[in-house]
Amino acid sequence: MSAGLHARLRLDRGSLALDAELEVAPGTVLALLGPNGAGKSSALQALAGLVPLDGGSIELAGRVLDRPADGTFVRTADREVGMVFQDYLLFPHLSALENVAFGLRARGVRAGQARRSARAWLERMGLDGSASLRPGALSGGQAQRVALARALAPGPRLLLLDEPLAALDAGTRMHVRSDLRSHLADYAGCTVLVTHDPLDAMVLADHLVVLEHGRTVQSGRPGDVARAPRTDYVARLVGLNHYRGRSRGGAVELDGGGELTTADPREGPVFLAFPPSAVSLHRTRPDGSARNVWPGRVAGLEQHADTVRVQLEAEPAVLADVTTAAVADLELTVGSSVWAAVKATEVRAYPGDPAP
Amino acid sequence: MPAGLALAFLVLPLLALLVRAPWTTLPERLTGPGVGTALRLSLVCAGSATVLCLLLGVPLAWVLARATFPGRRLVRALVTVPLVLPPVVGGVALLLLLGRRGLLGQHLDAWFGITLPFTTPAVVIAEAFVAMPFLVIAVEGALRGADRRYEDAAATLGASRWTVFRRVTLPLVAPGISAGAVLCFARALGEFGATITFAGSYPGVTRTMPVEVYLALESDPQSAVVLSLVLLAVSVLVLVSLRDRWLTGSAS
Repeated sequence: MSAGLHARLRLDRGSLALDAELEVAPGTVLALLGPNGAGKSSALQALAGLVPLDGGSIELAGRVLDRPADGTFVRTADREVGMVFQDYLLFPHLSALENVAFGLRARGVRAGQARRSARAWLERMGLDGSASLRPGALSGGQAQRVALARALAPGPRLLLLDEPLAALDAGTRMHVRSDLRSHLADYAGCTVLVTHDPLDAMVLADHLVVLEHGRTVQSGRPGDVARAPRTDYVARLVGLNHYRGRSRGGAVELDGGGELTTADPREGPVFLAFPPSAVSLHRTRPDGSARNVWPGRVAGLEQHADTVRVQLEAEPAVLADVTTAAVADLELTVGSSVWAAVKATEVRAYPGDPAP
Repeated sequence: MPAGLALAFLVLPLLALLVRAPWTTLPERLTGPGVGTALRLSLVCAGSATVLCLLLGVPLAWVLARATFPGRRLVRALVTVPLVLPPVVGGVALLLLLGRRGLLGQHLDAWFGITLPFTTPAVVIAEAFVAMPFLVIAVEGALRGADRRYEDAAATLGASRWTVFRRVTLPLVAPGISAGAVLCFARALGEFGATITFAGSYPGVTRTMPVEVYLALESDPQSAVVLSLVLLAVSVLVLVSLRDRWLTGSAS
């Protein structure tokens, strides 16, 4: 018995078999991160009671909400859960104020009191001027905040956010993200956030659960997950070069071919990771101090703000971030032959899965 | 060419009605005693029938659109029977159920002293019987087309099923309900067969516009034309109101 959320979610729905464990303490935010079809949204729907579990259980603040084993199922309306939907689903026939007051009215608060409370929520969200507007007249960022106010107004113990920023354009998103962060910091209940955007997860969450194909592939604090990805999906999300291999005193034979040296003398199965900025490129074999030097062929070039990301076909394949000037000096084009170099101290090693 | 013929076939009779109308004596005929009474009775009865259809038809449409139960398809088929049934047969069927010797009517008469046939309520019942399917089908379609996730959203806000229905579902399908009600009203207004069979033709009590037209055609053909013009005008009004509804519906 504790105040937080304890859930073991099992769903079996044809194409999707979800099995994930979620623990959220009050006042903290858990982000479910994963590619489309990983089961993130289904997990949220199960928590909200919109989909019944096939196995496992959901317990919120000591109260069992769903446990198929003994037939317990609390209907959505009777759970203390608030939800922000991906496309917000603001009631189109009600004003922003009436939308926010809806949950209070539905839970028996008198009309006048509900309106006063809703107005206070809108003010908190900086939306006092938009109270009488219909959802159709709100901008994306405003609609998002009305949806958040609507979900929070009845005082839920659990807040569910389904891709809360996905419907916004890039400029608005940054602004709304930091707003959302401060509102979540004020919220005393548990929050579960679903997203496929790693930045949302890093900025908003205290704890990260990465789902792939309905399974948890990695979980931990966002910073730890970002530093030590355990699947290619996570590595791509956080933009790291990522390899799996077997180490003998720091010399790692990679599963995908090739060999890298790390300063970490760990033995056995390991993951290796280093940022693309740690890779330097050379026309000829460099004589410097770098322990890892190998030849390759440029397979792609992509401008990223003030650097160019070079995709190198080699053994192992690698991403390198170099300056635009370096690209010119090296006369890099697709098909050019170059040498890649990485210092052993830049290559992070951490325990891998035991060999199968 | 066949398309043109079809158009002519549909439009020419109405044109004839306009051409042969006694335009010069129109005002005095319209204000004559029979017309006003019949028109008022027609509007009251069709309005009451529409309200009755709304009260009973919307819940039925909801059940058909949302509930799953064995025999749902059969129920749906039964609802549409009055659409294809000759109205006069409907009138006979109503007599057999609600007439003084009808299955239910004999008890109504014996226990409560209520006799329905040949009264104004009988007109309303006959019209509602014929017009209800129009409303049910329109509302069912609207309910099926509505985004049910709004109902999910309302449930996460703690709304009971009844609150969800009243405050979310109904407003969302309001355009469909209005369209259904207008169709229903139009159908009730033009009802003839079931009305004359079940309710008869007492001036001021059960003699609605269509019945008046039919009777006038034998005694005073000019009058019949004038009455027909009035009904045509009402139909056009209905059509215009539906058009607006559809236009605003697609624009929002």
